Amino acid sequence: MEKLISRFFKIPNATSLPVYLAEGGYEAAKLALRNRKPEEIEGEVKRSHLRGLGGAGFSCGVKWSFVPRDTGKPIYLVVNADEGEPGTFKDKYILTYVPHLLIEGMIIASYAVGIHKAFIYIRGEYEMPYLKLKEAVGEAYQKGFLGENIFGTKFDLDIVIHRGAGAYICGEETGLLESLEGKKGFPRLKPPFPAVVGLFGCPTVINNVETLSYLPFIVQRGSEWFAKLGTERNGGMRLFSVSGHVKRPGIYELPMGILLRSIIYEHAGGISEDRKLKAVVPGGLSAAVLTADEIDVKMDFDSLKAVGSMGGSGGVIVMDETTSMVDALRVTMQFFAHESCGQCSPCREGTGWIDRILKRIVAGKGRADDVDHLLDIGKYLGGTTICALADGAQMTFLSYLKKFRKEFEDFIRNSSLRANAGWSSGGRPLGLPAPDGRSGTVSEAISGIASAGRLKAPSSQ
Amino acid sequence: MNQPAIFTPELKKRADQICANYPVKRAAALPVMRLVQETYGSISEDAELEIADYFQIPPMGVRELMTFYTLFYSKPKGKCHLQICRTLSCALRGAEELIRDMEEKLGIECGRTTEDGQFSLDHVECLGACEKAPAGQINQEYAGPLTKEKLFEIIKQYDVSKA
Ligand SMILES: Cc1cc2nc3c(=O)[nH]c(=O)nc-3n(C[C@H](O)[C@H](O)[C@H](O)COP(=O)(O)O)c2cc1C
Ligand code: FES
Repeated sequence: MEKLISRFFKIPNATSLPVYLAEGGYEAAKLALRNRKPEEIEGEVKRSHLRGLGGAGFSCGVKWSFVPRDTGKPIYLVVNADEGEPGTFKDKYILTYVPHLLIEGMIIASYAVGIHKAFIYIRGEYEMPYLKLKEAVGEAYQKGFLGENIFGTKFDLDIVIHRGAGAYICGEETGLLESLEGKKGFPRLKPPFPAVVGLFGCPTVINNVETLSYLPFIVQRGSEWFAKLGTERNGGMRLFSVSGHVKRPGIYELPMGILLRSIIYEHAGGISEDRKLKAVVPGGLSAAVLTADEIDVKMDFDSLKAVGSMGGSGGVIVMDETTSMVDALRVTMQFFAHESCGQCSPCREGTGWIDRILKRIVAGKGRADDVDHLLDIGKYLGGTTICALADGAQMTFLSYLKKFRKEFEDFIRNSSLRANAGWSSGGRPLGLPAPDGRSGTVSEAISGIASAGRLKAPSSQ
Repeated sequence: MNQPAIFTPELKKRADQICANYPVKRAAALPVMRLVQETYGSISEDAELEIADYFQIPPMGVRELMTFYTLFYSKPKGKCHLQICRTLSCALRGAEELIRDMEEKLGIECGRTTEDGQFSLDHVECLGACEKAPAGQINQEYAGPLTKEKLFEIIKQYDVSKA
């Protein structure tokens, strides 16, 4: 199958401008700036059904069309390169292996919307991707592909790379804007949407790295071709990040309508050690978990939504039959509790409360009514907060409890089951004292398994 | 305020250059804080005050950033800063055991630095390196898939007594 973005990952040194140019690089941007009108490009992108690949899946062209062009204020482009959704690592590959593709996409987007200043917000931990990107931006300036009179036209564009400082919430677009303004990343109430009131109070387009990187292909080969690669209203392909218990974890660029089964078993080589599949998270940690019976789903935004999950960031996390879903959920909710920005009570208190209960359960102190109690807390977690972090946490949280309810109940009823559980079998959860109050060690944990569980069954049973 | 010690003329010049990228000076807060940290290894309380002064914002504004963002440190990290991801893809491939092994090996809990200042150990959330699970960072550099043996080897390079 033809690859688009990921074709460049295999070309040696595609990071460098000469190699990128030899591969036909910047031809699409030249074509756009010299031979197309901005509104033609916007229309083309709309018809291509390119969806936002950062997580929300909103139509890229439609989002651009919300930007008012006549306010007299500058319009900004902000590239979301924060890549924080657990299970997702695709933007890192674009930034590291073909940063010029992103820059070319940015030129096209900026021209289409009338933007002359762009910021790339890249997550603070990404050192190598940052260095590669910085080098590429420098090369592009030198060649006259950025700055004034790009490709000899009257179009100007400046790019500033802005490094984050470690906070998942800064991937949320309005948290990102706050952070980019030098504040803590508290998401903003919407409306107004960033398209109207965004960075520094000006109209702003925010797009993910991967979304922008598909633009050169659309400009060059047309919207119809791109749309047809995918499913209805889900144009093109996307980069799936596959991790967990598969033989070949990595990036797979596949059409939107690919079956989840095919990603796991054909592309990623199947389950490690030929074990059985137990569950899979299809769109980053915030997406509802799917059971092994649910993997004949098309991986486009609308199909995944129809089965109660989401396409999200395209992060596919695979769990084999040995996985303890109780532990998997504990690790998941620990993440959300840690990353909640603390602004809204349902999210701040809810994720923390759930985290504490799950840790108590795993420590062998579960109570008979815990599952119902958790379901009750989960009910109020989402839907009432400023941003969608809590909605994502809620979606995944409730899916584990509902689809694996029996496992949770069995676990609570018989904590010694833990000795037979998956990857964290026999251990104590991190950050908690060992059951007897001393701080545990590895050897203790191992002897705990041998003696069929130092974690006592709950007294309430 | 005393004579500024953190913002030397050289550092101030570089900070001013960063600020020039933005239409609003404060937007440069994160990059300038990174610059201070890269120069001094951490952002001390004195540095916080000078940063506040530089941006003309209340000291609490800087303290907020220090505590909100995980990559700003008020104390220097050890020469070898080990960060191990604990999120799902890595946990599925043994990250929790690995973190425990390292705590035991170094004799410190996550979040701490050894007394001799050689090692710091932290668990972190998803680094965007899940294909290399269990993944981590050794100082700035990404590493994975990590094993106990590989990490012990790295530790040996920094401190023979831990071998
Ligand atoms: C909690 C949270 C975290 C997010 N993290 C990211 C991220 O790391 N990268 C990203 O591109 N989008 C992320 N998003 C989605 C952005 O808010 C936004 O939808 C996206 O950047 C828009 O670009 P797109 O339309 O090209 O996808 C996140 C959303 C939420 C609610
Ligand atoms: S879960 Fe560890 S790097 Fe993503």
